[in-house]
Amino acid sequence: MGEYLGDFWRRFFDSDIWWSFKSSPLVVGASIITFVMIFSSVFATYVAPYNPFDLAQFDLMDSLKAPVWMEGGSGKFWLGTDDQGRDVLSTILYGSRVSLLVGFMSVIFAMIIGIIIGLIAGYSGGWVDAVLMRIADVQLSFPAILIALLVDGVVRGLLPKGSHDDLAIYVLIVAIALSFWVQYARTVRSSAMVERTKEYVQAAQVIGLPQPLILLRHILPNVMGPVLVIATIQLALAVITEATLSFLGVGVPPTSPSLGTLIRVGNDYLFSGEWWITVFPGLALVILVLAVNILGDWLRDALNPKLR
Amino acid sequence: MFLFIGRRLFQAAMVMLAVALIAFALFQYVGDPIANMVGQDTSVADREKLKEQLGLNDSILVQFGNFVANAVQGEFGKSYRLRKPVKELIGERFPATLELSLLSAFLALLVGIPMGVYTALRRDSWLAQGFMTLSLIGISLPTFLIGIFLILFFGVMLQWLPTFGRGEVVDLGWWTTGFLTASGWKSLIMPAITLAIFQMTLIVRLIRAEMLEVLRSDYIKFARARGLRENSISFVHALKNTLVPVITIIGLQIGSLIAFAIITESVFQWPGMGLLFIQAIEEVDIPIMSAYLLLIAFVFVLINLVVDILYYAIDPRLRMD
Repeated sequence: MGEYLGDFWRRFFDSDIWWSFKSSPLVVGASIITFVMIFSSVFATYVAPYNPFDLAQFDLMDSLKAPVWMEGGSGKFWLGTDDQGRDVLSTILYGSRVSLLVGFMSVIFAMIIGIIIGLIAGYSGGWVDAVLMRIADVQLSFPAILIALLVDGVVRGLLPKGSHDDLAIYVLIVAIALSFWVQYARTVRSSAMVERTKEYVQAAQVIGLPQPLILLRHILPNVMGPVLVIATIQLALAVITEATLSFLGVGVPPTSPSLGTLIRVGNDYLFSGEWWITVFPGLALVILVLAVNILGDWLRDALNPKLR
Repeated sequence: MFLFIGRRLFQAAMVMLAVALIAFALFQYVGDPIANMVGQDTSVADREKLKEQLGLNDSILVQFGNFVANAVQGEFGKSYRLRKPVKELIGERFPATLELSLLSAFLALLVGIPMGVYTALRRDSWLAQGFMTLSLIGISLPTFLIGIFLILFFGVMLQWLPTFGRGEVVDLGWWTTGFLTASGWKSLIMPAITLAIFQMTLIVRLIRAEMLEVLRSDYIKFARARGLRENSISFVHALKNTLVPVITIIGLQIGSLIAFAIITESVFQWPGMGLLFIQAIEEVDIPIMSAYLLLIAFVFVLINLVVDILYYAIDPRLRMD
């Protein structure tokens, strides 16, 4: 096993991908930023200076303090405090956690839906394929964010009003996933159509394997490459969509705020001069999305043999 | 030709029917429409009478038929929250959204197309690289943050521009416009730029990719071989063919304008349809939600139909099969 792993790493450090990664400082920087942000939000409980949701840890007396380098700032709160005296840096770390959670979950969910529909459409062909791809085409003509907003709105309409805050995060994940599955479905379908005619699939059919097994164990591994590239790019989009919906007030509630919710709440204090409550979560969001976008663009080019 | 259009029309009808079903389901399963229309002290008998009058005792199919018939005439009943007919509310808000969208689409095309062409022609110049970096940042900047940053700089810090609303509007009877007053224009600047930036980054990237594709083609090489001037190759031969997909771009454009107008209107408290819709979602105001749902679906279906037909008319290759 150890030998195998050593071999793996040697091959990895020898590969074109590692070389193209190493030779671009922008990509290295972006991946460091992405890693730091994911790490610090996952371990926010340990990294953040305060727990913004523990009532014992913040004090109304500390409210609306400016960042440390400004007049009225305090060394206790580097990025200042919000209207309730909570440390802005800590709320950003906890908020990124919610944003990233919704982002990852909705991308995974979208991926599952997209892969299943794509495999079925590409493998079976005929009218099943025609109907599924027509639906995909129709959905693709609407912007994803609009679909997410409409799904979110309709689901909220159908749920009893008191349960909105508790279920908000799930509603959000489903809404974003339902607006993002099409791209996976189209990619997987076209790869599956190619794979289906190959000899190893025919061999699997001949020995009588059941269809779901052929799809999952034999075709799926061969269509995963492009799927992962789409997933990286869509992670950035999903985080933006989540933030937008939360900003509009139809996303995550202020009791467990995401970056978007923090920006929405802070927006009210923009006019009275407390800009840091909204600007810092905003910057965190932009940096995160930009870093993931750069990584996604690079991954797409690095895995595309045509561009080498 | 007729088969093609017929198929597209059928598809459009199916989409509208599906959306109508969702809108109808909202009415059916959310809350009690009677309770939303009458006061606490209305007697049970009166409620029953109203129920009968509204046709709520009919079979589901009949009710759905009535719903569609009303929707076609633009009748969605009264808003639960604002107590006014939805038709009237949307009519009031429509000019604000349209003026905002038109101006920002104009801005986006005016700036985006030259930028796209330039980045394709002078691919390696530092200015082109700068444009591409800007467009990557533009894609990574959520629309609402662009709005907030604009408000912070030009509204709060410099205090040059108003941060919410439409300013003074002139009522033309059937239309209210902000184009005729100075304060109307001032209020329009920031929302229009906010809405334009995302479109612009999209246009720059699409035009650039398309132009690079065209510049590689044989007829451009041939034009060079004939000794035509570089400018006339770029702008007469290449640009002309680059602009064919612009139909699609404009189609996409209108679609995403509607989506992003909702966000922009919410940031700037712009009294348009998007803001109306967002408030309706928060308040679970079903009549407005379902009217907006159907309206959006209709606009999209219409745009796609027109784009498809235009493509068919322009590109002879599509007529082959």
